[in-house]
Amino acid sequence: MNKIESVNEFVIRFANINGTGSASANGMLAKSFFKLGLPIGPKNIFPSNIQGLPTWYEVRVSESGYTGRRGNSDITIAMNPQTFKQDVAALREGGYLVYDSTRLLRESDKRQDVNYIGIPISEMARDNFSHAKSRDMLKNIIYVGSVAALLDIDLDIFHQLIKDQFATKPKLHESNFLALKLGYEHAKEHYLCPCGIKVAKRDLVGSNIILNGNEALGLGAVYAGATVAGWYPLTPSTSVIEAFNKYCHKFREEENGDQQYAIIQAEDEISAAGMVLGAAWNGSRSFSATSGPGISLMSEFIGYAYYTEIPMVLFNIQRCGPSTGMPTRTQQSDLLLCTYASHGDSKHILLFPSSVKECFEFSVLAFDLADRYQTPVIVMSDLELGMNDYVSEPLEWDDSYQHDRGKVLDQNALETTNEKFYRYLDVDNDGVTYRTYPGVHPSGAYFTRGSGHDKFGRYTEDGALYQENMERISKKFQTAVEKSLPKPKLNIRDANNKVGIVTIGTTYEPLREATEILSKRGMIVNEMLLLSFPFGPEVWEFCQKHDKVIVIDQNRDAQLKTLLVNDLQLDPNLLESICSYDGNPVMASFLVDSLAAKIEGAKI
Amino acid sequence: MSYIPKPKVSHPGLGKNKLGLTVRDYEGGLSTLCAGCGHDSITAGIIQACFELSIEPHKVGKMSGIGCSSKTPGYFLSSAHGFNSVHGRMPSVTTGANAANKDITYLAVSGDGDTASIGIGQFAHVIRRKLNMLYIVENNGCYGLTKGQFSATADVGSKNKKGVPNEMDPIDPAAFALQMGAGFVARSFSGDKKQLIPLIKAGLNYKGFAMIDVISPCVTFNNHEGSTKSYEYVREHETEVNVLDFVPKREEISVDYPKGQSTSVTLHDGSQMILKKLDQNYDPEDRLEALKQIQMHQKRNEVITGLLFLDPKERDMHDMIATPSKPLRDYSLSELCPGNEALQALNKSWR
Repeated sequence: MNKIESVNEFVIRFANINGTGSASANGMLAKSFFKLGLPIGPKNIFPSNIQGLPTWYEVRVSESGYTGRRGNSDITIAMNPQTFKQDVAALREGGYLVYDSTRLLRESDKRQDVNYIGIPISEMARDNFSHAKSRDMLKNIIYVGSVAALLDIDLDIFHQLIKDQFATKPKLHESNFLALKLGYEHAKEHYLCPCGIKVAKRDLVGSNIILNGNEALGLGAVYAGATVAGWYPLTPSTSVIEAFNKYCHKFREEENGDQQYAIIQAEDEISAAGMVLGAAWNGSRSFSATSGPGISLMSEFIGYAYYTEIPMVLFNIQRCGPSTGMPTRTQQSDLLLCTYASHGDSKHILLFPSSVKECFEFSVLAFDLADRYQTPVIVMSDLELGMNDYVSEPLEWDDSYQHDRGKVLDQNALETTNEKFYRYLDVDNDGVTYRTYPGVHPSGAYFTRGSGHDKFGRYTEDGALYQENMERISKKFQTAVEKSLPKPKLNIRDANNKVGIVTIGTTYEPLREATEILSKRGMIVNEMLLLSFPFGPEVWEFCQKHDKVIVIDQNRDAQLKTLLVNDLQLDPNLLESICSYDGNPVMASFLVDSLAAKIEGAKI
Repeated sequence: MSYIPKPKVSHPGLGKNKLGLTVRDYEGGLSTLCAGCGHDSITAGIIQACFELSIEPHKVGKMSGIGCSSKTPGYFLSSAHGFNSVHGRMPSVTTGANAANKDITYLAVSGDGDTASIGIGQFAHVIRRKLNMLYIVENNGCYGLTKGQFSATADVGSKNKKGVPNEMDPIDPAAFALQMGAGFVARSFSGDKKQLIPLIKAGLNYKGFAMIDVISPCVTFNNHEGSTKSYEYVREHETEVNVLDFVPKREEISVDYPKGQSTSVTLHDGSQMILKKLDQNYDPEDRLEALKQIQMHQKRNEVITGLLFLDPKERDMHDMIATPSKPLRDYSLSELCPGNEALQALNKSWR
């Protein structure tokens, strides 16, 4: 029989039932690869459910450094009878199927071209562990042991990982060590180990870290000095607030227990948005984390913030829509919603992080931009980036960095100035006006209103005065593009290339892999990773310089393409689109195939 | 509306408060409401109450939603910041504002549409959070700006201008607030300044959630015969349960009620509320009794007014989330940022 032979290049998939404690066992295996110096790309594919539905976790190990989703699997640990057939089918030819052989395999579950590795997991758990509840957990550790043997990983690494994980519960060490040993020894005794796929120690991750995007966003908010978070629980954004809470707890608690932060769980996202605005109006840095359904509810307030010019930071961890959609699956389908959220003319600054490190940096940047331009800033992450672990360069902080509060007149400024303060008067001619905080000085008072107002902040129904103010607000966005928004990352392989590819966020990692594969096939293209909206002149230039521009979207309707056409007044015929929107992370193999078809069509 | 603005010069004979300010210093822009609107009387009551309390005008946050009532923060305390938010969402904005800065006084004005219809959810939850604020409902039982539709506080049988009676049961803001756990619940009438001003003063000093439901007739759309929110109807059907006198800290108590007819409550800041009982059986510290009385009088077509409920054990949102005494917004960002050394330690933990 065919056997996949590979060292440090494979995909391992775990098929489990959710709620059985498999996540920590699977995570331990992922961590072991990382500890052995290998780049990994874990992906958690989970249901919107608490217990009983299928859940998958897969880890791509790649010493060549591609950590996007590859598709298929080389070794699968099939622990869920419900999806067994499907999991067998998703194995590559010559792959390995590890299963619980306590029960006999059905004929219909057999494939001639894969290698079956039966481990009597339930039986060993039953014979060795008396406590029913922990038995289920330990089953997971048994297969970790078997996989360690099959991939040739030393058990010492796992002993350390178990000690780390149960640092406060030393009683659990013994039983976990035993489970590990049972699985390991059974595999060694009955099967050829290593199995054909092998993990070998390398030194490829250096000082890198493993972190998920939501944790980085929440931590960024702590570093940005945010003190108020108004929020409503919503998958996949909840862990941003949990991270903010965790790090506030760590860094912001006074000796007497006082907390230098306010995290307020609202009754809904409308209220969460109102809290963000109230706090920002009053001089605190404040934010909310949500997903598409939350943005829909917040829209009225987003427009209010745009028109009254209150800094508002939102983290949108996008998920699969429309409506409830598939809440635990990924997508980037809120682009148009977020760009123009709310009625009337409005347009918002968006940031598109594509890595964990950018999540941290853009989280801090979002607060600076919101303060500087006194407007909503939405950080557009997604479920894939937010809820999966990534190998990342270490996070950095420059202690000489100065947070930018923008144009705020403090007590001293109000006391000493001879000029009367008007909230919406464009004194510096850059569209950005001065604001004041409540309670600071009587001459700083103004009336914040969503109704028509002139440059003096007075109520108006005079069309010309209304329009003058609206024009001035537009100007802020030009200033932002010119001076502050992160510019796109370009990968120009050859200046004479006719095909350019544009994308954002999590599509970038599989795209990087796909375009390198295509390069080897002689299809050499240039790439542009967009980091912010509104788009700057570099984006326009990139699009104009290529005969064909392919925009890769993670939604059905090519929203990024629409945005490019709309914002840059591009000829729609210049742009073609590729859309991956089934709720799963974009796969490099999908991009290779779909790009190749379009590039060949371009006759380069 | 009054078309002739009053000149902003103070009459030398005008009294001054402890800050040396006159009542004129507590005024705002010109009202654009209809002449005779109940809301303008409440505005005048707010101005007088703030003046008498010697509050620094700029230390007040004026909060509102949308509607006739919500315009009124433009008509008082012109040196205070105002936040005229979106319809029914003032409570959440006030929550955020208060979270950021607990050192200013939050005076919020809302209407019956803003509170009992579109904003009923936020109204309920801001009470649950025990937000330290005074929430005034200017309650006229109808939508004025959209020309007189019934609001959710309209009584069954009350007629609109065309004579059509309201069929749906009303939401009583006072009873609702009591059920949600409000610590200070009062009802008053815009035509009764003597009653209203001490209630505003007490509400502003109360630490926790204070609400005054003020029946405030809409002269244009709901002041006709058959309306239960008209001046005439309320005057005829009002039953006052008590008379409040508010004595700020360190001021001498000048009122003297016969023993047994009055009670006194000291607030957290040392100020005192002296309550003269008009109804000997009414105990304003009994939540259940208050609810019962409201519904009993409602059944008899009577509008019960006065301090309906007071929880003397004051507690607010900040007590629940344990914030420091220094307002959050007064921390500098560099003070709040953990810095690079802490980040390097975190990096280590992620390897």
